[in-house]
Amino acid sequence: MDELILGKYNYWVYVALMMIGFYAVIAKPNLIKKIIGVNIFQTAVFLFYISIGKVEGGTAPIVWDQAVHYDNPIPHVLILTAIVVSVSTTAVAFALIIKIKERFGTIEEDQIRDLRRTPTGEET
Amino acid sequence: MNEPQLTPLPLLLVFIPLASAVMTPLLARIHRSLAALTAQVVTAVSFVLACVLLDRVAEVGRVVYWLGNWEPPFGIEYSVDMLNGIVLVLVSFIGVVVSVFARESVASEIDEEKHPFFYAMFLLLFTGSMGIVVTGDIFNLYVFVEISSLSGYTLIAMGRNREALTASYNYLILGTIGATFILLGIGHLYMMTGTLNMADLAKLLPPLYKSRVILTAFALFTVGLSIKLALFPLHVWMPNAYTHAPSAVSSLLAATGTKVAAYVLLRVMFTVFHPNFDLNVIPVTRILLVLASIAILAGSMLAIAQTNLKRMLAYSSVGQIGYIVLGAMLVNRTGMTGALVHIVNHALMKGTLFLAAGAIVYKTGVETVEGLKGMGRKMPVTMAAFTVAALSMVGVPLTVGFVSKWYLALGALDAGMWYLLVVILASSGLNAIYFWRVVDWIYFARPSKELESVPAGEVPWSMLVPTIVTAGLCILLGVQADLPVSLAEQAAGLLVGGAH
Amino acid sequence: MDITSTTPVLAIGVSLVAAILIPLSRRRPNLRETWTILAAVIKFLLVASMAPEVLRGNTLSFSLWTIAPGLSIAFRVDALAEVFGLTASFLWIVTSFYSIGYVRAENEHAQTRYFTFFAVALSATLGAAFSANMLTTFVFYEILTLSTFPLVGHKQTTEALQGARKYLTYLLGTSLTFLMAALVLTYHEAGTLEFGPEGVFGGNVSRTVVTVAFVLFILGVAKAAMMPLHGWLPAAMVAPTPVSALLHAVAVVKTGVFVVVRVVVHLFGIEVLSQAGLGTLLVWYASFTIIVASLIALRQDNLKRRLAYSTVSQLSYIVLGAALLTPSGITGSVLHIAIHAFGKITLFFGAGAIYVATHKTLVSELDGIGRRMPFTMGAFTLATLSMIGVPPLAGLVSKWYLVQGAIEADTWPVLLVLGTSTLLNAGYFLPIVYRAFFVAPTRSAGGREEAGIHEAPVLMVTSLCVTATGVVLLFFAPSIFLDLARLVVGALPGGAG
Repeated sequence: MDELILGKYNYWVYVALMMIGFYAVIAKPNLIKKIIGVNIFQTAVFLFYISIGKVEGGTAPIVWDQAVHYDNPIPHVLILTAIVVSVSTTAVAFALIIKIKERFGTIEEDQIRDLRRTPTGEET
Repeated sequence: MNEPQLTPLPLLLVFIPLASAVMTPLLARIHRSLAALTAQVVTAVSFVLACVLLDRVAEVGRVVYWLGNWEPPFGIEYSVDMLNGIVLVLVSFIGVVVSVFARESVASEIDEEKHPFFYAMFLLLFTGSMGIVVTGDIFNLYVFVEISSLSGYTLIAMGRNREALTASYNYLILGTIGATFILLGIGHLYMMTGTLNMADLAKLLPPLYKSRVILTAFALFTVGLSIKLALFPLHVWMPNAYTHAPSAVSSLLAATGTKVAAYVLLRVMFTVFHPNFDLNVIPVTRILLVLASIAILAGSMLAIAQTNLKRMLAYSSVGQIGYIVLGAMLVNRTGMTGALVHIVNHALMKGTLFLAAGAIVYKTGVETVEGLKGMGRKMPVTMAAFTVAALSMVGVPLTVGFVSKWYLALGALDAGMWYLLVVILASSGLNAIYFWRVVDWIYFARPSKELESVPAGEVPWSMLVPTIVTAGLCILLGVQADLPVSLAEQAAGLLVGGAH
Repeated sequence: MDITSTTPVLAIGVSLVAAILIPLSRRRPNLRETWTILAAVIKFLLVASMAPEVLRGNTLSFSLWTIAPGLSIAFRVDALAEVFGLTASFLWIVTSFYSIGYVRAENEHAQTRYFTFFAVALSATLGAAFSANMLTTFVFYEILTLSTFPLVGHKQTTEALQGARKYLTYLLGTSLTFLMAALVLTYHEAGTLEFGPEGVFGGNVSRTVVTVAFVLFILGVAKAAMMPLHGWLPAAMVAPTPVSALLHAVAVVKTGVFVVVRVVVHLFGIEVLSQAGLGTLLVWYASFTIIVASLIALRQDNLKRRLAYSTVSQLSYIVLGAALLTPSGITGSVLHIAIHAFGKITLFFGAGAIYVATHKTLVSELDGIGRRMPFTMGAFTLATLSMIGVPPLAGLVSKWYLVQGAIEADTWPVLLVLGTSTLLNAGYFLPIVYRAFFVAPTRSAGGREEAGIHEAPVLMVTSLCVTATGVVLLFFAPSIFLDLARLVVGALPGGAG
């Protein structure tokens, strides 16, 4: 039981973060908060990756003559890429939000939905 | 099978579009029209290369390239076999067709100062798509998925209405969640096997099939890909995205986006994991069969209710994706052939329909289905192409739609699941309802007052020719289906082995 | 013996060539019409040229190409195909003259479109007739539906378009679902779709599969107008009368029953069907349609609609004959394809002539019309008597064989069906004849009241006289069709039933 919770705490942390992020995406009507939710969601995944790369007694995977073991560098490399992807996504999202603010006058999802309904009267 | 051949061709298919994507805004400063031209030239070159590659693959079976000359499984490997060879040719062909179409279409729908960026994003989307299909490394796959997604979000947002922005935003949210699931799935796989190379994973996974980590990884992959694939019920981003995006973008995405996602699903389910896993360890094929059947019926039924032309086509696509998944989940040779053939055929049919829709918007501004009344007299050639594609979607013989349905139906019978035959053919009937209604209005209804005042006449050649070409192929490959069928059968053999 | 010959393809293709030349000549109506006539004559000559070979017991075939493994487009002209081909091509010649007369007298719009699609429809009809396998049949069946759609909706009134849509819904709806399903199921079970004297199924084929496939075929061929899938036929009466004549005598409906006969005799085969008891099923299904459609016909006042329901009923005679699975039954069935065609087309020609000359469409308006239009009504009467089966008209010949077939199959109830329907036929046909000749015309206020003969245009009257003559001739000299019909039966293995 102990082993299950404490031994695997990294997994619990990442699952909790994922769910918080996911909740934010679904429940928050503000567009920026949704993006923050996505970010939290993605960060949880990053944490997961890094945590599985940890080797017991290993140091950061940078060449150092006093190191005995290194952590697995591959997850670090992968996550660097993924972080870049995440940042790009956030950038695109923010650009969209700015434009939405310009064209709709609001960045609250429910208000946008009402506005979308009015011009043609159609539910989109 | 002999040793796979090493050749830089796969790399070129990614590198050339990527480099030109970056160069496009610079080239556009020299002369405005260079942006469109670059896109056209690059896609054309890619198409030629893809054909050469397919030819090579047909000879030797598998072609690889090692990035930076690092050997797999540590280096990133690009690997092309019959399955992705076909998809590469398809995607690049659609790329050429749409880029020719885009010049006038984009000019009328997007502000001029944004054109260079449009084409840059177009080429990035193209790069991403090609990369997804060509790569043999699973993390590399994620990177390309995100490249194509991001450029996709941007392109969709360039649509005229402000709804394009919200459509893009919603797609972004959903798409990113999906991609993150895929990333998570990759992590789980890596955790248990230590490798990211697809071929290597295929070797290392079988003893691990019962492991819960692997099962989780598979589930994550399936859900993430289903979002990209717009498989019911994760299709909700698609109708808005296809409706509000610029016409050229809708055409490209409708014809290639979901096909590429389908390819990835097949690759993951049948190459990385083996058919044995899908059938015996967890009955994912059965689950997906149910979802696919619902998609087929729901997509058709929802399409009937639509008033906007592009939205109707989008829901129709939801149904058609169901066909592809259905064929694949039968896990027999005939069904898989049907699925693969439909990947090609649907791209051609839907491509034609969206191109025609774009032409209609360009010439008359009409976006609704009702607005098509009497259009047959105003734009006869475009409407003829539309009708051909519509007949093909319904499954009239001598069109590609019939060939797909034939193999899918035979596959269903081969698997002993005759009730799927009912699903497939019932949807033919449903498709006939909404497509025939449109064709009927096009030719036999009186045009509205607004349409009356529009002079009769076609769109410029650069838009008309692509539409005619894709429509022509709908018939050509329906009349002489030997080439696509034999290629698809070979690829199907790779995925599911001999007859089930 | 099978002979390779391009004649079948040429016969099909000649009207396609016309279909290209017709729009090109749209500004010169006489030239345009010449193409139609020329194509029709050449087509008939080509079809007739194949008759000698076929009568010798050979078949003429030609393979066009393969779409994909198992799916090929190929033609083979055997006795059954030749019967249908001769009927269709000959009657097209007559219909073309009639069409020209009708279309010019009514000053119809979009004449070019009319003649173009007519030509395509005839190509499709022959294509279906000459098919060597079920796929080819399916292809041409669909082309036929699509090419006759503009003809049905030709008038482009709301009513016409509604009728055309109903037409398409019934025909495409059933073929794309049921017929396609039947095709796939049969191919999956049998491995081939080629027609042959013993059918496609080998020895041990599951009775369930055969039954399901057979039912799907019958449901899928809505062109045979078997109830309840007959609704498109009355709806299609909105078409100009030459189109109705074409639909009801030559092209669409005959293709429908032809396909049913083909499926019964050459796809499933007598053996398989009688073992599965499906012959009996079809007999009862056909009988139902025969009786009920006749009853409905009795109640129709609109002349064309009465003729439409009569057609629904008569078509099931053809199905019935084949379903009896006996030599005489099949002979009668094949004969009736031709004989009903001649008779029905005369009746429709008559209805059209009446409309053009007097603008009357209802039976109740036809009092005394025999005096104004003696030729038309004379021909009409002859055709009517043939439908009922009175000698010396051809209708008796096919009915005779059908009766023989019922006796051979030991199904006395069928004799009852045949007898009852004959009486019903008399019931809805004879009053028209009686009113026309033996009742004085009512003076309609403001109507045309000139005395004397006021026939329809010459072309129309001549056409219907030609077909009426055919109805008489075929009684005295039915050999061409009879011999072909006998060959159809003769080519089957062993004796049937």
